[in-house]
Amino acid sequence: MTGRSGLLGLDARVVRRARRLADKAAAPVVELARTHTTVSVERAVLRLAGLQGADAEGIPWVNRLTDAVRADVGLEQGVALPVFDALLTGDHADLAALAQKAAAGGVTFRLPSGRAATSARAAARRATRGGIATIDRNRRDRDRLLRRLGDPPKPWIYLIVATGDIHEDIPQAQAAARAGADIIAVIRSTGQSLLDYVPEGATREGFAGTYATQENFRLMRAALDETSRELGRYVRLTNYASGLCMPEIAVLAGLERLDMMLNDCMYGIIFRDINPQRTFIDQRFSRQIHARAGIVINTGEDNYLTTADAVDAAHTVIVSQLLNERFALEAGLEDWQLGLGHAFEINPALPEQFRLELAHAQLVRELFPNAPLKYMPPTKHMTGNVFFGYLLDAFFNLAGVLTKQEIILVGMMTEGIVTPFLSDRDLALENVRYVRDACAGLTEDFVPTPDGFIAQRARQVLGESVELLERIADEGLFEAIADGTFGVTRRPVDGGRGLDGVVRREDGYYNPALEILEPEAAG
Amino acid sequence: MSHVRAYGDTTGDGMVQLSFTLPIPAGPKADAAAALFAKKMGLDPALVVHAKGVGDTFTFFVVYGRSPVIIDLDEVMVVEREFALLTPKEVNLEIRSRLRRRLVVVGATVGTDAHTVGLDAILNVKGFAGEKGLESYREIRVVNLGAQVGADDLVRRAAAEGADAVLVSQVVTQRDAHLHHVREVADALDAHWPPGRPRPLLLVGGPRFDPAAAADLGADRVFAKGTTPAEVASYLVHELTLARR
Repeated sequence: MTGRSGLLGLDARVVRRARRLADKAAAPVVELARTHTTVSVERAVLRLAGLQGADAEGIPWVNRLTDAVRADVGLEQGVALPVFDALLTGDHADLAALAQKAAAGGVTFRLPSGRAATSARAAARRATRGGIATIDRNRRDRDRLLRRLGDPPKPWIYLIVATGDIHEDIPQAQAAARAGADIIAVIRSTGQSLLDYVPEGATREGFAGTYATQENFRLMRAALDETSRELGRYVRLTNYASGLCMPEIAVLAGLERLDMMLNDCMYGIIFRDINPQRTFIDQRFSRQIHARAGIVINTGEDNYLTTADAVDAAHTVIVSQLLNERFALEAGLEDWQLGLGHAFEINPALPEQFRLELAHAQLVRELFPNAPLKYMPPTKHMTGNVFFGYLLDAFFNLAGVLTKQEIILVGMMTEGIVTPFLSDRDLALENVRYVRDACAGLTEDFVPTPDGFIAQRARQVLGESVELLERIADEGLFEAIADGTFGVTRRPVDGGRGLDGVVRREDGYYNPALEILEPEAAG
Repeated sequence: MSHVRAYGDTTGDGMVQLSFTLPIPAGPKADAAAALFAKKMGLDPALVVHAKGVGDTFTFFVVYGRSPVIIDLDEVMVVEREFALLTPKEVNLEIRSRLRRRLVVVGATVGTDAHTVGLDAILNVKGFAGEKGLESYREIRVVNLGAQVGADDLVRRAAAEGADAVLVSQVVTQRDAHLHHVREVADALDAHWPPGRPRPLLLVGGPRFDPAAAADLGADRVFAKGTTPAEVASYLVHELTLARR
């Protein structure tokens, strides 16, 4: 591809250069992820192998077992070999029984060698294949349901529920689906991303959201399956993989047939002060699982614009999207699985605000033509004037339709004021439906003037993105993050939460999940 | 004129508009129920101008009506914060122009308390209630020590970082642990703060604290449930750049 393309006349050489730079910036980080593991990656392996449940204090058995193994022999060779060696050589009914005994200090783990290692490896492989087989079966089930019930047309309408109580969430989610939502996202309890374990069971108490647990996932998916059949269209379910337990939550999402997951390469680092190394290692494994499960990831670039100015920081969104794309493709995700995020957050008091928004949205559309982009509504400039907020949301919906955004998060006029009323949600859906239907086909009339304001602004943002990528590729991504390039915070490579859960892999490291997920790399 | 009524388009008309949802199916009975509801709120006449079913079991209404309420402006009381609520930009500007260096905040949950939800809501960039946390302020340097920090460790670290303020968050209240832990920090500040340097402000937050009990705890300020980062930032600016000068 040469010359200028699309409605914006982007220079194909500049686009190629941006991708090459993103590749270069990502390479050392990928190398780190390939040579390290984390406590959460290892716990995810145990979850794939079938270990569930928690002790009386609510700490999952995967945590207890991983901690016990780490105390005896470390995790440098992975958790699988010592665990399955103990299971084969000791008198334990199953992994749960082993975990209970280990937590009580009744098991001494060793690193098996020779024939013991061969047997342990075979047993670990067999057990892990069971988990992967469930994920594969869920993916086939989803495909079958999409064929039988029907896949709603794009843009998909994305709605949030967040009561804190899964049994309240379910009727709200079903009502939202009946009112037109194609995707239901269950917001997590504040602070779950900083827990170094995944809570267990059905939960009825959360802070401004509902805990992500395997049982909550199962309950909500079952309820939405029922509603999907009733409506004759498949309603997708979304949750959040971000935080200290990305790999494990990705596994649980695959096991319970979630359809989308929030999974950003830098969100946890910037906004939650999670250690950068921990985040990138966890992220890679979690995305490998998402790739296998046929899950669409949603990235979190919209967050940068809630912190920084949406005009000044427009290029940081593009840079982050290119990095997210690079990391995602490397982990095995395909273009159709990349719900790259961005947002309508330019100050409405700014002259030509809407033209600027169109320029940014169209730029993202043309840079990622095969990705189902996720477009986020205004939040920063929702002031409490719900009437103006409703108007602003309509302009957001219009920008989304005009620039063919595919996942449209429904804006609430009460954003930032109160938890949306039932009626707020209904009005918001009416807004989206009106704009979508009234402007159906309007895209064919949306032809920005060549070299006009929109085209020039888009090219300017792309140019600034390339400049920033040059700096990052040069300095290193970790250094850029430590310098405060994204968001506004500085996050040093050895700072933040969860670094103590990072372990360098040694020769002989064995991970039965990776053996299945990346057969070409298995030694 | 100290007596006023709501204003629609003519002085004294008392016209207001409101919207609400009732958990009943749409239909003539729902419309009548909405009119009665509005009437019981005091609107007379009450005009149900819009009714729309939301699902099978709810109806949303828009009502215009005349309110008989007359208020005497002399009776209106305004509770004033002793400090002005500033925007992040104003906070940064105040710090830059008056303090002439970054303001340093050291935060932790102390003792046995492992809950960092409140602390992170105030400090993390992610913030709380749509407001970014203190980390997002260019002129504030945040050192978030996380959970279960000892009082002496907290004070040592605060001294090393040159803290202007120490934030202590406590959620667990069993056997008044939250009160006990705050007093520990206050005592440690008194005992171990390097002489000759201004003692940092001690700010306390958590769902079960009484804002009036600051002095009793040895703290400078207690923030109750629902406090946002901007309130904390505005207070810090007020105390450190204005009140102390």
